[in-house]
Amino acid sequence: MILIIVSMVLGVVMIAVSLVALHTKKLQAAILAAGVLSLMTSILFLLLAAPDVALTEAAIGSALTTAIFFYVLNKIKNTHV
Amino acid sequence: MYKKLFVLLLLAVLGWSFFTLLQTHQERQSLNPLSKHYVEKGPDEVGAPNLVTAIVVTYRGFDTLGEVTILFVSAAIVGLFLKTENRRRKYKIRSTSEILHAAQRLLFPVMILFGIYIFMNGHLTPGGGFQGGAVIATAMILVLLTNPESPISHRAFNLLESVSGFSYIIIGVLGVLLAGGFLDNHILPLGKFGNLFSAGAIPLIYSFVGLKVGSELSSIILNLNDVQKDDK
Repeated sequence: MILIIVSMVLGVVMIAVSLVALHTKKLQAAILAAGVLSLMTSILFLLLAAPDVALTEAAIGSALTTAIFFYVLNKIKNTHV
Repeated sequence: MYKKLFVLLLLAVLGWSFFTLLQTHQERQSLNPLSKHYVEKGPDEVGAPNLVTAIVVTYRGFDTLGEVTILFVSAAIVGLFLKTENRRRKYKIRSTSEILHAAQRLLFPVMILFGIYIFMNGHLTPGGGFQGGAVIATAMILVLLTNPESPISHRAFNLLESVSGFSYIIIGVLGVLLAGGFLDNHILPLGKFGNLFSAGAIPLIYSFVGLKVGSELSSIILNLNDVQKDDK
């Protein structure tokens, strides 16, 4: 029962965060929101008894992808076309 | 107008198809024959307590080779398309905070060790080469955040990546020569079930995959860090 409640709360947070990522005007906020979405997804994977996938999602989705997006965003901002 | 109508229609069709999937869904009460074989014979045939690793590295080893190749190609393309001139130009950077410096000194060895732990114990505990490699690359991000001018050698990462990729293939071919087929883990003795040095070649294969993935992801990060210096 508690698992179902936690997963539902996680699901609501995930939907909210992805809406933020889609609709916010600030790109930095969108990138951070996508990172938070990945983190929530990894917790959900853990609850669904998939620790392997949860590890991958936490390391790649929330850490590496966020860092790479920030690098690319910085690069785009500094480039004079 | 028509575009919006089209989008709505598409959404309706998608929603309807998922709804019918949900309506006809029923949980399986028993495993299908292939899963049954994996669950029942897997521990004896492969000797890995973590069945996911047994499937990923041995039963579906060729797929894993394909995934590693995809990652290699994407890292190579990132390196190819980023501008290579002016890489070593110095530029003024804002110095980072003391907290980040202290945290980096404390966390970096732990993160590297955790990554190595994950891929060394891939056959015993959840995780494996890909996860361990990603954790190692995260540690590299921490180093570059603290000091973007860190003297990290690209050449060392490239060498590590090529050597581990090559060794992975060699082990696969050894499987053909000495055991049942490509990437078969029986080239080494299976050992005692549940020990660190057991499950044949799986710890070896996953260590090479972990080193390869870690150095590939780190080299993507290093390349992106280097091109930040251009166009200032």
